[in-house]
Amino acid sequence: MNNIAIEKITEIIGEKYVKSSTAQLLAYSYDATANFQRLPELVISPQSTEEIAEVLKICNNYNVPIIPRGSGTNLAAGTVPYDGGVVILFNRMNQILNFDKENLTITVQPGIISENLCQFVEAHGLFYPPDPSSMKISTIGGNVSENSGGLRGLKYGVTKDYVKGLQVVLPNGDILETGGKLAKDVAGYDLTSLFVGAEGTLGVVTAITLKLIPLPSYKMTSIAYFQSLEDAARTVSNIIASKIIPVTLEFLDKKTIIAVEQFMKIGLSTDVEAMLLLEQDGEKHQVEQDIHEMVRIAKEHGALFTQIAQDEQEAEQIKTARRVALSALAKLKPTVILEDATVPRSELAKMVKKINDISEKHRVNIATFGHAGDGNLHPTCLTDLRDEEEMHRVEVAFEEIFEAALELGGTITGEHGVGEMKAPYLEWKIGSVGIAVMKNIKQAFDPNNIMNPGKLFAKETKKRVVVHGGN
Amino acid sequence: MVVTSVQQQMQQSFQTHVDENLLLDCMRCGFCLSSCPTYLHMEQDEAQSPRGRIALMKAVRDGLVPFDASIEHSFDLCLGCRACEPACPAGVQYGALIEQTREAVQEVKRSSFVEKTTRNIVFDRLFVEQKNMERAVSLLHLYQKTGLQKVVRKIGFLNLFPKHLKTMEASLPAVAKKVQPLKQAKSATMKVAFFTGCLMDTLYRETNDKTVSLLRMLGVEVVIPDQQSCCGALHGHSGELKRGKQNLIHNVELFDSDDYTYIVNNAGGCGAFLKEYEKHLSSDKRYHEKAIRFSEKTIDISSLLVKAGLLEYLATLPQQVKKTVVTYQDSCHLRNVNKVFNEPRMILQALPNVQFKELPSANTCCGSAGIYNLLQPALAGEILTTKMTTIKALEPAVVVTANPGCLLQIQAGIHKEQLGSSIQAAHIVDFLYNSIANYSKIS
Ligand SMILES: Cc1cc2nc3c(=O)[nH]c(=O)nc-3n(C[C@H](O)[C@H](O)[C@H](O)COP(=O)(O)OP(=O)(O)OC[C@H]3O[C@@H](n4cnc5c(N)ncnc54)[C@H](O)[C@@H]3O)c2cc1C
Ligand code: SF4
Ligand code: SF4
Repeated sequence: MNNIAIEKITEIIGEKYVKSSTAQLLAYSYDATANFQRLPELVISPQSTEEIAEVLKICNNYNVPIIPRGSGTNLAAGTVPYDGGVVILFNRMNQILNFDKENLTITVQPGIISENLCQFVEAHGLFYPPDPSSMKISTIGGNVSENSGGLRGLKYGVTKDYVKGLQVVLPNGDILETGGKLAKDVAGYDLTSLFVGAEGTLGVVTAITLKLIPLPSYKMTSIAYFQSLEDAARTVSNIIASKIIPVTLEFLDKKTIIAVEQFMKIGLSTDVEAMLLLEQDGEKHQVEQDIHEMVRIAKEHGALFTQIAQDEQEAEQIKTARRVALSALAKLKPTVILEDATVPRSELAKMVKKINDISEKHRVNIATFGHAGDGNLHPTCLTDLRDEEEMHRVEVAFEEIFEAALELGGTITGEHGVGEMKAPYLEWKIGSVGIAVMKNIKQAFDPNNIMNPGKLFAKETKKRVVVHGGN
Repeated sequence: MVVTSVQQQMQQSFQTHVDENLLLDCMRCGFCLSSCPTYLHMEQDEAQSPRGRIALMKAVRDGLVPFDASIEHSFDLCLGCRACEPACPAGVQYGALIEQTREAVQEVKRSSFVEKTTRNIVFDRLFVEQKNMERAVSLLHLYQKTGLQKVVRKIGFLNLFPKHLKTMEASLPAVAKKVQPLKQAKSATMKVAFFTGCLMDTLYRETNDKTVSLLRMLGVEVVIPDQQSCCGALHGHSGELKRGKQNLIHNVELFDSDDYTYIVNNAGGCGAFLKEYEKHLSSDKRYHEKAIRFSEKTIDISSLLVKAGLLEYLATLPQQVKKTVVTYQDSCHLRNVNKVFNEPRMILQALPNVQFKELPSANTCCGSAGIYNLLQPALAGEILTTKMTTIKALEPAVVVTANPGCLLQIQAGIHKEQLGSSIQAAHIVDFLYNSIANYSKIS
């Protein structure tokens, strides 16, 4: 990196907030994605939108890559530097800027931890529903930039359904304000949506206005166990078909259940093939009715047995079981590669079966869990990256899984984003026209390609394999 | 080139000492970040987080980055409080990793002069033999007794020392008094061995006597095996495990008897290390079995008191009208390693003269962490200031702790903030003993 650029950036940010020691560069060379790591050249912690604007101008002038980073919990190598550059942190930009109870909105800086935000609004009887499993540590800026989903996505949608307005610093240093508190606003292109899920490739998000809703008064949680994956999947389709939209409808396969139980010892049944976690919230009467109806549907479709949580503590335990699924699996092998294939809900059973067939065919160990209600599955491969031969088989297996998801009308990622990891597959989903349009948008905002380069768009698209599903 | 060879040595030392499988357990999810005091106190610097440190260990081991002062600093600043362990969903054994790392570094690196001197005094002299400790402490007693302390303070002799040492000195306990035994409330039911600990047996002799007295009151027969060695925790935490291993073996032998139901200790830091003897001696064929028995029997004083029926005994005492507001600061190791946090609170809540108030973030480190406050005074001081802010807001009359290091640190905090007239710090044993003793006087 150019020394003059470093000097100028240091002048703006202040020496204290510019890091460049070996330890610090290394500490920002990875995120939660397995097997990706590259060092940045500088790490900075700006304090304001204006500082960021000044920095971006310099980066734009000197062609220095800039990589926004929240807590680095993303699973698509979205914050791993591609070719050096400056990692920009938001640890000093984590304040609530405006809490508007009348309009039910809150405006925050990007660095606030998602869980802190949720707790803050809940203390005021309000609700911000998106709850990625990583909310304890992930930032709102990261959630917005990945368009994160969570356990409550089925009923309440994902992050984009709550983002009403943004402040974004563009690569040339201009400060763009999009949307706002208005309930209705259709003036021109929907630029807010463009930045939600942009993964830091178009600009740096510096303020976010979120919609809040009233906090539901009552919740109930239950679990249902099944002897076959098909029974669980049919239960999911039938619950939705009977016009119940539960807040949570999550799926765990046998391997995941065993891993979670070994890890947490909360008394899950391990001699079953699948488990569903069901939750409903709202008015007490309605919640009870829905939960009992869902339990009935589960039984009708072959549930071996069901269990309704007796109290808040038990409910929390069940939900934690789902939240720790990934970690519990991670304990079993040195390397865990978590994928994020999504299919229409009606195709869930087929998809789960395909994943199992593919893992058998390539002799790789894949466990599956996910947001059944959203059709969003997380096939998770347990492996060891020191075993090159196996890693190769893992890669091929995942290619086939993406292919299978697309064939069933699904997508290559339901919530974790494309980043660097999925970039070679993006064209599979959106086609060459999609890529061309996206590249043009990128070009319009970031002609010098300084914003998180190497993400979304790959040098080369992977060749599609032909899946012989099941045989 | 000389530089390269040191680098190579360091990488090799990491490969020898730092277990690659343990490193690979970390999936870099970041769940541990928000529990780490150094991360939080250093403006969420990833290089000062458990995830960052693990990545650094791996990077040095793999030769991805050269080992330099910034990396060493990151390891040095780790308190070893292990708050990251319960927070980690993947069960990463961070404690083992940082110990291995420190060992790897120590083996290669020649310590700086100041550190080396502190290290030598601490590891080769003070903590190896009980006698040295006793001598050092008796000097201290003499110094306190003769009034030399006052004079020395007055003429500013202590200004010659770094500031943090001065604060520590001011908070050293006064000379031990003779402890009156409590009346036995129950007939003898079990026999335990008491691991006295070197600091506890010298600086805090009185606390040890009170420990024995409390246990006897509850009908526990207490044996104190002679010639105990220091537990080795300070060695282990500072990468000097080799120097400490002899202590472990000595203790494992000394306490190996079917006579004892438990081996009790009253210092959180020692207790955690004793619980892990079994791990530290796992490669030693001769002693591993004994170490397992030793670790299994190890119990902290609060847990043993509860087992021996303390709560039932306290319930027989009539309630007192005037209650002291008391709070409890966890010993990191007692909580994060031995998973003991209920028992001390249960005891305090059961005391008829106490109004217990939970200290917000009682589970976060106070900055004491072995000799951390001597080696890293700046950060230790900041962490302590944060701790004192929460304590001040709660306004307790007494802050109860369960480890001599924490006790000293909180006392230093109280002294620094000049709160000595309104807030006291006390070891749980002293507080409990005094409450019960006072009680019998009153009733
Ligand atoms: C155990 C675990 C569970 C998870 N569960 C879920 C889940 O249930 N649902 C889900 O959707 N995801 C989940 N994730 C993925 C991840 O946590 C989310 O994508 C999260 O939103 C990332 O937040 P972060 O603050 O860590 O962002 P980072 O990982 O730091 O960054 C994510 C992306 O956003 C960009 N970015 C960050 N801040 C800004 C900004 N201010 N301006 C512009 N760009 C920015 C980065 O460049 C990067 O491309 C999980 C991850 C883990 C490790
Ligand atoms: S919580 Fe555990 S697995 Fe996650 S980053 Fe920290 S040490 Fe690694
Ligand atoms: S031991 Fe304590 S200070 Fe060290 S990394 Fe873990 S939480 Fe942080």
